[in-house]
Amino acid sequence: MRRRDFIQQLTAGSALTIGGLGLHSFTAPSKHTKITILHTNDVHSHIDPFGPDDGRNANKGGVARRASLIESIRKENPNTLLLDAGDIFQGTPYFNYYGGELEFKLMSMLKYDAATIGNHDFDNGIDGLYAQLPHAKFSMVSANYDFSNTVMDTHVKPYKVFKRAGIKIGVFGLGIKLKGLVEKSLSKETKYLDPIEISQDMSRILKTEEKCDLIICLSHLGYHYKNAPDIASDLNLAAATKDIDLIIGGHTHTFLKKPTVVKNMEGKNMLVNQVGAYGINLGRIDFYFDANKNKSADGTSIIV
Amino acid sequence: MRLTHLFFLLIFLILPSCKEQNQNLIKIEGKQIAITDTLSTHTDIESFIKPFRDKLEKDLDSVLAYSVKAYTKNDDELNTAIGNLMTDIIFSEANPIFNKRTGNNIDAVMLNHGGIRSMIPKGPITVRTAYEVMPFENKIVVVGLKGKNINDMVSYLVSGKRAHPFLGLKILLDQDYNLIKATINGENIDENKTYYVATNDYLYNNGDNMAFFKPSESFLNLDYKVRSAMIDYFKKVDTINPVRDDRFIRK
Repeated sequence: MRRRDFIQQLTAGSALTIGGLGLHSFTAPSKHTKITILHTNDVHSHIDPFGPDDGRNANKGGVARRASLIESIRKENPNTLLLDAGDIFQGTPYFNYYGGELEFKLMSMLKYDAATIGNHDFDNGIDGLYAQLPHAKFSMVSANYDFSNTVMDTHVKPYKVFKRAGIKIGVFGLGIKLKGLVEKSLSKETKYLDPIEISQDMSRILKTEEKCDLIICLSHLGYHYKNAPDIASDLNLAAATKDIDLIIGGHTHTFLKKPTVVKNMEGKNMLVNQVGAYGINLGRIDFYFDANKNKSADGTSIIV
Repeated sequence: MRLTHLFFLLIFLILPSCKEQNQNLIKIEGKQIAITDTLSTHTDIESFIKPFRDKLEKDLDSVLAYSVKAYTKNDDELNTAIGNLMTDIIFSEANPIFNKRTGNNIDAVMLNHGGIRSMIPKGPITVRTAYEVMPFENKIVVVGLKGKNINDMVSYLVSGKRAHPFLGLKILLDQDYNLIKATINGENIDENKTYYVATNDYLYNNGDNMAFFKPSESFLNLDYKVRSAMIDYFKKVDTINPVRDDRFIRK
Protein backbone atom coordinates (compact mmCIF):
# COMPACT_ATOMS: atom_id res chain seq x y z
CA MET A 1 0.00 0.00 0.00
CA ARG A 2 1.21 3.46 -0.77
CA ARG A 3 2.14 5.39 2.31
CA ARG A 4 -0.02 8.37 1.55
CA ASP A 5 -3.10 6.23 0.99
CA PHE A 6 -2.35 4.38 4.19
CA ILE A 7 -2.26 7.59 6.17
CA GLN A 8 -5.49 8.78 4.62
CA GLN A 9 -7.17 5.48 5.40
CA LEU A 10 -5.82 5.53 8.90
CA THR A 11 -7.35 8.92 9.44
CA ALA A 12 -10.65 7.79 8.03
CA GLY A 13 -10.54 4.66 10.15
CA SER A 14 -9.86 6.53 13.37
CA ALA A 15 -12.56 9.06 12.67
CA LEU A 16 -14.93 6.17 12.29
CA THR A 17 -13.78 4.53 15.48
CA ILE A 18 -14.20 7.66 17.48
CA GLY A 19 -17.53 8.21 15.84
CA GLY A 20 -18.62 5.06 17.51
CA LEU A 21 -20.39 2.10 16.14
CA GLY A 22 -19.45 2.23 12.49
CA LEU A 23 -22.85 3.47 11.52
CA HIS A 24 -21.40 6.03 9.21
CA SER A 25 -20.62 4.50 5.89
CA PHE A 26 -17.56 5.52 3.93
CA THR A 27 -19.74 7.61 1.67
CA ALA A 28 -20.71 10.01 4.42
CA PRO A 29 -17.44 11.93 4.82
CA SER A 30 -16.66 11.33 1.14
CA LYS A 31 -13.55 13.31 0.43
CA HIS A 32 -13.20 14.10 -3.23
CA THR A 33 -9.82 14.38 -4.86
CA LYS A 34 -9.80 16.83 -7.71
CA ILE A 35 -7.24 16.65 -10.50
CA THR A 36 -7.13 19.66 -12.78
CA ILE A 37 -5.79 19.27 -16.30
CA LEU A 38 -4.88 22.49 -18.08
CA HIS A 39 -3.93 22.44 -21.73
CA THR A 40 -2.90 24.39 -24.80
CA ASN A 41 -2.19 23.41 -28.41
CA ASP A 42 -0.76 25.05 -31.54
CA VAL A 43 0.53 28.08 -29.68
CA HIS A 44 2.86 28.65 -32.65
CA SER A 45 5.34 30.99 -30.97
CA HIS A 46 2.60 33.45 -29.99
CA ILE A 47 4.29 34.97 -26.99
CA ASP A 48 2.80 38.45 -27.08
CA PRO A 49 -0.96 39.08 -27.12
CA PHE A 50 -2.56 39.96 -30.43
CA GLY A 51 -2.80 43.71 -30.98
CA PRO A 52 -6.04 45.70 -31.08
CA ASP A 53 -6.18 45.50 -34.91
CA ASP A 54 -5.82 41.74 -35.22
CA GLY A 55 -9.35 41.00 -36.39
CA ARG A 56 -11.10 38.24 -34.54
CA ASN A 57 -8.09 37.56 -32.30
CA ALA A 58 -7.71 41.21 -31.26
CA ASN A 59 -6.38 41.63 -27.71
CA LYS A 60 -6.44 37.89 -27.09
CA GLY A 61 -3.68 35.54 -25.98
CA GLY A 62 -0.29 36.32 -24.46
CA VAL A 63 1.97 34.11 -22.36
CA ALA A 64 2.19 36.56 -19.42
CA ARG A 65 -1.60 36.57 -19.06
CA ARG A 66 -1.79 32.80 -19.39
CA ALA A 67 0.83 32.61 -16.63
CA SER A 68 -1.37 34.61 -14.21
CA LEU A 69 -4.36 32.45 -14.97
CA ILE A 70 -2.42 29.22 -14.48
CA GLU A 71 -0.90 30.51 -11.26
CA SER A 72 -4.33 31.31 -9.81
CA ILE A 73 -5.69 27.89 -10.82
CA ARG A 74 -2.70 26.18 -9.22
CA LYS A 75 -3.31 28.12 -6.01
CA GLU A 76 -6.89 26.90 -6.01
CA ASN A 77 -5.83 23.32 -6.79
CA PRO A 78 -2.19 22.31 -6.46
CA ASN A 79 -3.08 18.94 -8.00
CA THR A 80 -2.85 20.37 -11.48
CA LEU A 81 -1.11 19.19 -14.64
CA LEU A 82 -0.28 21.56 -17.49
CA LEU A 83 0.03 19.98 -20.94
CA ASP A 84 0.58 21.02 -24.57
CA ALA A 85 -0.43 19.11 -27.70
CA GLY A 86 2.30 20.32 -30.04
CA ASP A 87 3.16 22.95 -32.65
CA ILE A 88 4.87 25.03 -30.03
CA PHE A 89 7.14 26.45 -32.73
CA GLN A 90 6.65 28.63 -35.81
CA GLY A 91 4.31 31.51 -36.38
CA THR A 92 5.97 34.69 -35.16
CA PRO A 93 9.45 36.16 -35.61
CA TYR A 94 10.29 34.97 -32.07
CA PHE A 95 10.79 31.54 -33.60
CA ASN A 96 12.78 32.82 -36.58
CA TYR A 97 15.06 34.82 -34.30
CA TYR A 98 15.48 32.55 -31.29
CA GLY A 99 14.73 29.12 -32.72
CA GLY A 100 12.26 28.09 -30.01
CA GLU A 101 14.48 28.96 -27.04
CA LEU A 102 12.03 31.50 -25.64
CA GLU A 103 8.99 29.23 -26.18
CA PHE A 104 10.63 26.40 -24.20
CA LYS A 105 11.97 28.71 -21.49
CA LEU A 106 8.55 30.26 -20.94
CA MET A 107 6.80 26.89 -20.89
CA SER A 108 9.31 25.81 -18.26
CA MET A 109 8.61 28.94 -16.21
CA LEU A 110 4.87 28.26 -16.46
CA LYS A 111 5.71 24.75 -15.19
CA TYR A 112 4.37 22.76 -18.08
CA ASP A 113 4.50 19.06 -17.19
CA ALA A 114 4.51 17.52 -20.65
CA ALA A 115 4.15 18.28 -24.33
CA THR A 116 3.97 16.26 -27.51
CA ILE A 117 5.66 17.04 -30.81
CA GLY A 118 3.77 18.70 -33.66
CA ASN A 119 4.79 18.79 -37.32
CA HIS A 120 5.98 22.41 -37.03
CA ASP A 121 8.25 21.50 -34.16
CA PHE A 122 10.46 19.97 -36.88
CA ASP A 123 10.66 23.29 -38.76
CA ASN A 124 14.28 23.88 -37.82
CA GLY A 125 14.98 20.22 -38.39
CA ILE A 126 15.22 17.53 -35.79
CA ASP A 127 18.60 19.04 -34.89
CA GLY A 128 16.93 22.40 -34.30
CA LEU A 129 14.47 20.78 -31.92
CA TYR A 130 17.22 18.85 -30.17
CA ALA A 131 19.24 22.05 -29.74
CA GLN A 132 16.39 23.63 -27.75
CA LEU A 133 15.84 20.67 -25.42
CA PRO A 134 18.13 22.01 -22.68
CA HIS A 135 15.62 24.87 -22.28
CA ALA A 136 12.69 22.51 -21.72
CA LYS A 137 12.14 21.49 -18.10
CA PHE A 138 9.08 19.48 -19.05
CA SER A 139 8.76 16.02 -20.60
CA MET A 140 8.45 15.41 -24.31
CA VAL A 141 6.15 12.48 -24.96
CA SER A 142 5.53 10.75 -28.27
CA ALA A 143 4.57 7.10 -28.58
CA ASN A 144 4.29 6.80 -32.35
CA TYR A 145 7.41 8.65 -33.48
CA ASP A 146 10.34 6.28 -33.40
CA PHE A 147 13.39 8.48 -32.87
CA SER A 148 15.86 5.64 -32.32
CA ASN A 149 17.99 6.56 -35.35
CA THR A 150 18.00 10.28 -34.62
CA VAL A 151 19.59 12.73 -32.17
CA MET A 152 16.30 12.73 -30.25
CA ASP A 153 16.78 9.10 -29.23
CA THR A 154 16.20 8.70 -25.46
CA HIS A 155 15.06 12.34 -25.15
CA VAL A 156 11.45 11.55 -25.95
CA LYS A 157 9.49 8.98 -23.97
CA PRO A 158 6.31 7.29 -25.19
CA TYR A 159 4.54 8.25 -21.99
CA LYS A 160 5.03 9.68 -18.55
CA VAL A 161 3.20 8.81 -15.35
CA PHE A 162 2.49 11.64 -12.92
CA LYS A 163 1.20 11.25 -9.40
CA ARG A 164 -0.98 13.93 -7.87
CA ALA A 165 -2.76 13.44 -4.52
CA GLY A 166 -2.33 9.69 -4.81
CA ILE A 167 -3.88 9.60 -8.27
CA LYS A 168 -1.73 8.10 -11.02
CA ILE A 169 -2.06 9.98 -14.29
CA GLY A 170 -0.60 8.45 -17.42
CA VAL A 171 0.08 10.85 -20.29
CA PHE A 172 1.15 9.58 -23.71
CA GLY A 173 1.82 11.50 -26.91
CA LEU A 174 0.90 11.02 -30.56
CA GLY A 175 2.27 12.76 -33.64
CA ILE A 176 0.80 13.22 -37.09
CA LYS A 177 1.97 11.42 -40.24
CA LEU A 178 5.09 13.24 -41.39
CA LYS A 179 4.92 12.46 -45.10
CA GLY A 180 3.57 15.44 -47.02
CA LEU A 181 3.83 17.72 -43.97
CA VAL A 182 7.45 17.60 -42.94
CA GLU A 183 10.32 17.38 -45.39
CA LYS A 184 12.46 14.32 -44.98
CA SER A 185 15.51 16.56 -44.70
CA LEU A 186 13.99 17.97 -41.50
CA SER A 187 12.57 14.88 -39.80
CA LYS A 188 15.47 12.71 -41.00
CA GLU A 189 15.16 9.13 -39.74
CA THR A 190 12.10 9.76 -37.54
CA LYS A 191 9.68 6.90 -38.13
CA TYR A 192 5.94 7.39 -37.97
CA LEU A 193 4.04 4.45 -36.48
CA ASP A 194 0.31 3.81 -36.69
CA PRO A 195 -1.24 5.96 -33.95
CA ILE A 196 -4.31 3.78 -33.37
CA GLU A 197 -2.32 0.58 -32.84
CA ILE A 198 0.16 2.41 -30.63
CA SER A 199 -2.68 3.89 -28.57
CA GLN A 200 -4.19 0.47 -27.99
CA ASP A 201 -0.81 -0.63 -26.61
CA MET A 202 -0.37 2.56 -24.61
CA SER A 203 -3.77 2.39 -22.92
CA ARG A 204 -3.14 -1.26 -21.97
CA ILE A 205 0.30 -0.49 -20.55
CA LEU A 206 -0.93 2.53 -18.62
CA LYS A 207 -4.01 0.76 -17.33
CA THR A 208 -2.77 -2.71 -16.46
CA GLU A 209 0.99 -2.33 -15.99
CA GLU A 210 1.29 1.21 -14.66
CA LYS A 211 -2.13 0.99 -12.95
CA CYS A 212 -3.03 4.56 -13.82
CA ASP A 213 -6.26 6.03 -12.50
CA LEU A 214 -6.42 8.51 -15.34
CA ILE A 215 -5.16 8.16 -18.93
CA ILE A 216 -4.61 11.19 -21.12
CA CYS A 217 -3.54 11.23 -24.75
CA LEU A 218 -1.75 14.32 -26.05
CA SER A 219 -2.46 14.14 -29.74
CA HIS A 220 -1.31 16.17 -32.71
CA LEU A 221 -3.35 14.04 -35.13
CA GLY A 222 -6.08 16.62 -35.69
CA TYR A 223 -9.67 16.68 -34.47
CA HIS A 224 -11.41 15.14 -37.49
CA TYR A 225 -11.16 15.34 -41.28
CA LYS A 226 -14.57 15.83 -42.82
CA ASN A 227 -13.31 15.27 -46.37
CA ALA A 228 -11.08 12.34 -45.43
CA PRO A 229 -12.91 10.71 -42.52
CA ASP A 230 -10.65 7.63 -42.50
CA ILE A 231 -7.48 9.55 -41.72
CA ALA A 232 -6.33 9.00 -38.15
CA SER A 233 -7.91 11.74 -36.06
CA ASP A 234 -8.88 12.30 -32.44
CA LEU A 235 -12.49 11.26 -33.01
CA ASN A 236 -11.38 8.08 -34.81
CA LEU A 237 -8.84 7.37 -32.11
CA ALA A 238 -11.46 7.74 -29.38
CA ALA A 239 -13.79 5.28 -31.10
CA ALA A 240 -11.04 2.69 -31.66
CA THR A 241 -9.58 2.57 -28.15
CA LYS A 242 -10.57 2.04 -24.53
CA ASP A 243 -9.51 3.31 -21.11
CA ILE A 244 -8.45 6.72 -22.39
CA ASP A 245 -10.22 9.39 -20.33
CA LEU A 246 -9.20 12.45 -22.29
CA ILE A 247 -7.68 13.20 -25.68
CA ILE A 248 -6.15 16.66 -25.84
CA GLY A 249 -5.84 17.48 -29.51
CA GLY A 250 -4.07 19.86 -31.84
CA HIS A 251 -3.00 20.45 -35.44
CA THR A 252 -6.40 21.36 -36.93
CA HIS A 253 -6.67 24.57 -34.86
CA THR A 254 -10.18 23.50 -33.98
CA PHE A 255 -12.19 25.88 -31.85
CA LEU A 256 -14.81 23.90 -29.95
CA LYS A 257 -17.62 25.52 -28.02
CA LYS A 258 -17.03 22.88 -25.38
CA PRO A 259 -15.16 19.58 -25.05
CA THR A 260 -16.69 16.79 -27.13
CA VAL A 261 -18.13 13.79 -25.31
CA VAL A 262 -17.33 10.68 -27.39
CA LYS A 263 -18.04 6.98 -26.94
CA ASN A 264 -14.97 4.75 -26.90
CA MET A 265 -14.87 1.21 -28.33
CA GLU A 266 -16.57 -0.09 -25.18
CA GLY A 267 -19.35 2.47 -25.46
CA LYS A 268 -18.05 4.44 -22.48
CA ASN A 269 -18.07 8.20 -22.59
CA MET A 270 -14.78 10.07 -22.73
CA LEU A 271 -13.67 13.54 -23.72
CA VAL A 272 -11.90 15.00 -26.74
CA ASN A 273 -10.85 18.61 -26.45
CA GLN A 274 -8.88 21.18 -28.42
CA VAL A 275 -8.65 24.92 -27.75
CA GLY A 276 -8.07 26.52 -31.14
CA ALA A 277 -4.59 27.99 -31.51
CA TYR A 278 -2.10 30.77 -30.67
CA GLY A 279 -2.62 30.58 -26.91
CA ILE A 280 -5.88 32.50 -27.05
CA ASN A 281 -7.60 29.87 -24.90
CA LEU A 282 -6.68 27.56 -22.07
CA GLY A 283 -8.50 24.24 -21.74
CA ARG A 284 -9.47 23.11 -18.25
CA ILE A 285 -10.75 19.66 -17.37
CA ASP A 286 -11.39 18.77 -13.72
CA PHE A 287 -11.51 15.11 -12.72
CA TYR A 288 -13.16 14.31 -9.38
CA PHE A 289 -12.24 11.07 -7.67
CA ASP A 290 -13.96 9.45 -4.77
CA ALA A 291 -12.18 6.70 -2.88
CA ASN A 292 -15.36 4.74 -2.47
CA LYS A 293 -16.00 1.55 -4.30
CA ASN A 294 -19.75 1.73 -4.02
CA LYS A 295 -20.01 4.80 -6.10
CA SER A 296 -18.42 3.39 -9.21
CA ALA A 297 -21.67 1.69 -10.09
CA ASP A 298 -23.20 5.08 -10.61
CA GLY A 299 -20.79 5.76 -13.42
CA THR A 300 -19.10 9.05 -14.12
CA SER A 301 -21.00 12.22 -14.74
CA ILE A 302 -19.53 14.49 -17.38
CA ILE A 303 -20.37 18.16 -17.21
CA VAL A 304 -19.24 20.25 -20.16
CA MET B 1 -2.59 1.06 27.05
CA ARG B 2 -5.56 -1.13 26.64
CA LEU B 3 -7.42 1.66 24.99
CA THR B 4 -4.63 2.00 22.42
CA HIS B 5 -4.79 -1.68 21.67
CA LEU B 6 -8.49 -1.44 21.15
CA PHE B 7 -7.90 1.50 18.86
CA PHE B 8 -5.49 -0.47 16.65
CA LEU B 9 -7.70 -3.49 16.75
CA LEU B 10 -10.58 -1.45 15.49
CA ILE B 11 -8.46 0.07 12.79
CA PHE B 12 -7.28 -3.32 11.60
CA LEU B 13 -10.81 -4.59 11.61
CA ILE B 14 -11.86 -1.72 9.46
CA LEU B 15 -8.82 -1.58 7.18
CA PRO B 16 -9.47 -4.70 5.09
CA SER B 17 -12.68 -3.14 3.93
CA CYS B 18 -10.90 0.06 2.99
CA LYS B 19 -7.74 -1.40 1.56
CA GLU B 20 -9.16 -2.42 -1.77
CA GLN B 21 -10.61 0.96 -2.44
CA ASN B 22 -9.95 2.24 -5.89
CA GLN B 23 -9.85 5.83 -6.85
CA ASN B 24 -13.13 6.06 -8.64
CA LEU B 25 -13.71 8.73 -11.16
CA ILE B 26 -17.09 10.18 -10.33
CA LYS B 27 -17.28 13.46 -12.15
CA ILE B 28 -15.58 15.31 -14.99
CA GLU B 29 -16.01 18.99 -15.66
CA GLY B 30 -14.63 20.60 -18.79
CA LYS B 31 -14.46 24.15 -19.99
CA GLN B 32 -12.41 26.60 -21.98
CA ILE B 33 -11.03 29.81 -20.55
CA ALA B 34 -10.35 32.68 -22.93
CA ILE B 35 -7.05 34.50 -22.50
CA THR B 36 -8.13 38.11 -22.70
CA ASP B 37 -7.00 41.53 -21.50
CA THR B 38 -9.11 41.12 -18.36
CA LEU B 39 -6.40 38.79 -17.01
CA SER B 40 -3.48 40.42 -15.28
CA THR B 41 -0.05 40.27 -16.88
CA HIS B 42 2.37 38.16 -14.87
CA THR B 43 5.17 40.56 -14.09
CA ASP B 44 8.00 38.00 -13.81
CA ILE B 45 7.07 36.47 -17.14
CA GLU B 46 6.65 39.86 -18.77
CA SER B 47 10.05 41.07 -17.60
CA PHE B 48 11.62 37.83 -18.81
CA ILE B 49 10.16 38.30 -22.30
CA LYS B 50 11.06 42.00 -22.54
CA PRO B 51 14.74 41.78 -23.54
CA PHE B 52 13.90 39.16 -26.18
CA ARG B 53 11.12 41.39 -27.50
CA ASP B 54 13.23 44.55 -27.47
CA LYS B 55 16.00 42.96 -29.50
CA LEU B 56 13.49 41.53 -31.95
CA GLU B 57 11.58 44.79 -32.37
CA LYS B 58 14.76 46.73 -32.95
CA ASP B 59 15.76 44.36 -35.72
CA LEU B 60 12.28 44.17 -37.24
CA ASP B 61 12.11 47.96 -37.38
CA SER B 62 15.46 48.40 -39.06
CA VAL B 63 14.96 50.18 -42.38
CA LEU B 64 16.02 48.28 -45.50
CA ALA B 65 14.63 50.45 -48.33
CA TYR B 66 11.99 53.07 -49.13
CA SER B 67 8.74 52.79 -51.01
CA VAL B 68 7.59 55.75 -53.09
CA LYS B 69 3.93 54.74 -52.78
CA ALA B 70 1.62 52.44 -50.84
CA TYR B 71 0.93 49.22 -52.76
CA THR B 72 -1.83 46.68 -52.22
CA LYS B 73 -2.76 43.52 -54.06
CA ASN B 74 -6.17 45.02 -54.87
CA ASP B 75 -4.84 48.08 -56.68
CA ASP B 76 -5.80 46.72 -60.13
CA GLU B 77 -7.30 43.75 -61.90
CA LEU B 78 -5.19 40.95 -63.41
CA ASN B 79 -1.81 42.38 -62.52
CA THR B 80 -0.62 44.70 -59.77
CA ALA B 81 2.54 46.60 -58.94
CA ILE B 82 3.04 44.71 -55.66
CA GLY B 83 2.56 41.35 -57.38
CA ASN B 84 5.02 42.28 -60.13
CA LEU B 85 7.49 43.35 -57.45
CA MET B 86 7.18 39.94 -55.78
CA THR B 87 7.97 38.14 -59.04
CA ASP B 88 10.92 40.47 -59.69
CA ILE B 89 12.25 39.63 -56.23
CA ILE B 90 11.95 35.88 -56.82
CA PHE B 91 13.61 36.13 -60.23
CA SER B 92 16.48 38.39 -59.25
CA GLU B 93 17.32 36.59 -56.00
CA ALA B 94 16.69 32.99 -57.11
CA ASN B 95 17.97 32.94 -60.69
CA PRO B 96 21.67 33.32 -59.83
CA ILE B 97 21.37 30.39 -57.40
CA PHE B 98 19.42 28.27 -59.87
CA ASN B 99 21.86 29.07 -62.68
CA LYS B 100 24.87 28.23 -60.55
CA ARG B 101 23.40 24.85 -59.60
CA THR B 102 21.98 23.77 -62.96
CA GLY B 103 23.38 26.00 -65.70
CA ASN B 104 19.81 26.87 -66.68
CA ASN B 105 17.87 30.08 -66.23
CA ILE B 106 14.41 30.68 -64.80
CA ASP B 107 11.93 31.29 -67.65
CA ALA B 108 8.94 32.27 -65.56
CA VAL B 109 7.81 32.96 -61.99
CA MET B 110 4.38 32.01 -60.70
CA LEU B 111 2.94 33.04 -57.34
CA ASN B 112 -0.57 33.44 -55.95
CA HIS B 113 -2.64 36.49 -55.22
CA GLY B 114 -3.69 35.20 -51.80
CA GLY B 115 -0.05 34.79 -50.79
CA ILE B 116 0.44 38.55 -50.53
CA ARG B 117 -0.67 38.90 -46.93
CA SER B 118 -0.27 42.62 -46.39
CA MET B 119 0.26 45.93 -48.15
CA ILE B 120 3.57 47.73 -48.53
CA PRO B 121 3.10 51.18 -47.02
CA LYS B 122 4.64 54.36 -48.39
CA GLY B 123 7.93 55.24 -46.71
CA PRO B 124 10.43 53.01 -44.93
CA ILE B 125 10.44 49.29 -45.75
CA THR B 126 11.59 47.29 -42.73
CA VAL B 127 12.21 43.64 -41.92
CA ARG B 128 8.75 43.78 -40.37
CA THR B 129 7.29 44.69 -43.77
CA ALA B 130 8.74 41.48 -45.20
CA TYR B 131 7.24 39.46 -42.33
CA GLU B 132 3.84 41.09 -42.83
CA VAL B 133 3.72 40.63 -46.59
CA MET B 134 5.12 37.10 -46.30
CA PRO B 135 4.46 35.62 -42.85
CA PHE B 136 4.78 32.03 -44.12
CA GLU B 137 7.96 30.03 -44.28
CA ASN B 138 7.54 28.95 -47.89
CA LYS B 139 10.67 28.24 -49.85
CA ILE B 140 11.47 28.98 -53.47
CA VAL B 141 11.41 25.95 -55.76
CA VAL B 142 12.16 25.75 -59.49
CA VAL B 143 10.10 23.31 -61.51
CA GLY B 144 10.91 22.14 -65.06
CA LEU B 145 7.60 22.10 -66.94
CA LYS B 146 6.67 21.08 -70.48
CA GLY B 147 4.92 23.68 -72.63
CA LYS B 148 1.74 21.68 -72.13
CA ASN B 149 1.83 22.48 -68.42
CA ILE B 150 2.55 26.14 -69.24
CA ASN B 151 -0.63 26.15 -71.33
CA ASP B 152 -2.50 24.68 -68.36
CA MET B 153 -1.04 27.47 -66.25
CA VAL B 154 -2.33 30.03 -68.76
CA SER B 155 -5.80 28.40 -68.64
CA TYR B 156 -5.69 28.56 -64.85
CA LEU B 157 -4.87 32.26 -64.97
CA VAL B 158 -7.45 33.04 -67.64
CA SER B 159 -10.29 31.25 -65.89
CA GLY B 160 -9.25 32.59 -62.45
CA LYS B 161 -9.39 36.27 -63.56
CA ARG B 162 -7.31 37.06 -60.50
CA ALA B 163 -4.13 39.02 -60.21
CA HIS B 164 -1.94 36.01 -59.46
CA PRO B 165 1.56 37.44 -59.76
CA PHE B 166 3.67 36.02 -62.58
CA LEU B 167 6.68 36.94 -64.67
CA GLY B 168 7.91 35.77 -68.08
CA LEU B 169 4.49 35.25 -69.63
CA LYS B 170 2.29 37.73 -71.43
CA ILE B 171 -1.43 37.05 -71.59
CA LEU B 172 -3.87 39.16 -73.56
CA LEU B 173 -7.62 38.85 -73.01
CA ASP B 174 -10.60 40.41 -74.72
CA GLN B 175 -13.14 42.49 -72.80
CA ASP B 176 -15.06 39.31 -71.91
CA TYR B 177 -11.94 37.69 -70.42
CA ASN B 178 -11.42 35.31 -73.35
CA LEU B 179 -7.85 34.48 -74.26
CA ILE B 180 -6.50 36.24 -77.34
CA LYS B 181 -2.84 35.41 -77.08
CA ALA B 182 -0.31 33.99 -74.62
CA THR B 183 3.46 34.08 -75.03
CA ILE B 184 6.47 33.14 -72.93
CA ASN B 185 9.44 35.46 -73.15
CA GLY B 186 8.06 36.89 -76.38
CA GLU B 187 7.62 33.53 -78.12
CA ASN B 188 4.75 31.12 -78.60
CA ILE B 189 4.54 28.40 -75.98
CA ASP B 190 6.18 25.23 -77.31
CA GLU B 191 4.31 22.16 -76.04
CA ASN B 192 7.46 20.01 -76.13
CA LYS B 193 9.94 22.45 -74.70
CA THR B 194 10.89 22.44 -71.02
CA TYR B 195 10.54 25.76 -69.21
CA TYR B 196 11.88 26.48 -65.74
CA VAL B 197 9.25 28.03 -63.51
CA ALA B 198 10.07 29.41 -60.07
CA THR B 199 7.34 29.22 -57.46
CA ASN B 200 7.11 28.28 -53.79
CA ASP B 201 6.77 24.85 -52.22
CA TYR B 202 3.17 25.53 -51.14
CA LEU B 203 1.98 26.18 -54.68
CA TYR B 204 4.06 23.35 -56.11
CA ASN B 205 2.20 21.03 -53.73
CA ASN B 206 -1.13 21.99 -55.26
CA GLY B 207 -1.72 25.05 -53.10
CA ASP B 208 -4.49 27.26 -54.55
CA ASN B 209 -5.30 24.29 -56.83
CA MET B 210 -2.30 24.92 -59.05
CA ALA B 211 -2.36 21.41 -60.46
CA PHE B 212 -0.24 22.37 -63.51
CA PHE B 213 3.04 21.97 -61.58
CA LYS B 214 2.69 18.21 -61.97
CA PRO B 215 3.88 16.15 -63.68
CA SER B 216 7.19 17.97 -63.82
CA GLU B 217 10.36 17.32 -65.77
CA SER B 218 12.57 18.44 -62.91
CA PHE B 219 12.27 19.88 -59.42
CA LEU B 220 14.74 21.81 -57.30
CA ASN B 221 14.07 23.20 -53.85
CA LEU B 222 16.47 26.11 -53.42
CA ASP B 223 16.02 25.90 -49.63
CA TYR B 224 15.64 29.68 -49.73
CA LYS B 225 12.62 31.27 -48.08
CA VAL B 226 10.53 33.75 -50.05
CA ARG B 227 10.78 36.12 -47.11
CA SER B 228 14.56 35.85 -46.99
CA ALA B 229 14.66 36.69 -50.72
CA MET B 230 12.54 39.77 -50.00
CA ILE B 231 14.84 40.92 -47.21
CA ASP B 232 17.92 40.31 -49.38
CA TYR B 233 16.34 42.24 -52.26
CA PHE B 234 15.29 45.18 -50.08
CA LYS B 235 18.82 45.41 -48.69
CA LYS B 236 20.21 45.77 -52.22
CA VAL B 237 17.82 48.40 -53.52
CA ASP B 238 17.48 51.93 -52.18
CA THR B 239 13.94 52.68 -53.32
CA ILE B 240 11.19 50.52 -54.76
CA ASN B 241 8.95 51.86 -57.47
CA PRO B 242 7.12 48.87 -59.01
CA VAL B 243 4.48 49.35 -61.70
CA ARG B 244 1.50 47.58 -63.17
CA ASP B 245 2.25 46.65 -66.78
CA ASP B 246 0.74 44.82 -69.77
CA ARG B 247 1.71 41.24 -68.84
CA PHE B 248 -1.91 40.33 -68.13
CA ILE B 249 -4.58 42.73 -69.38
CA ARG B 250 -7.87 43.02 -71.21
CA LYS B 251 -7.71 44.69 -74.62
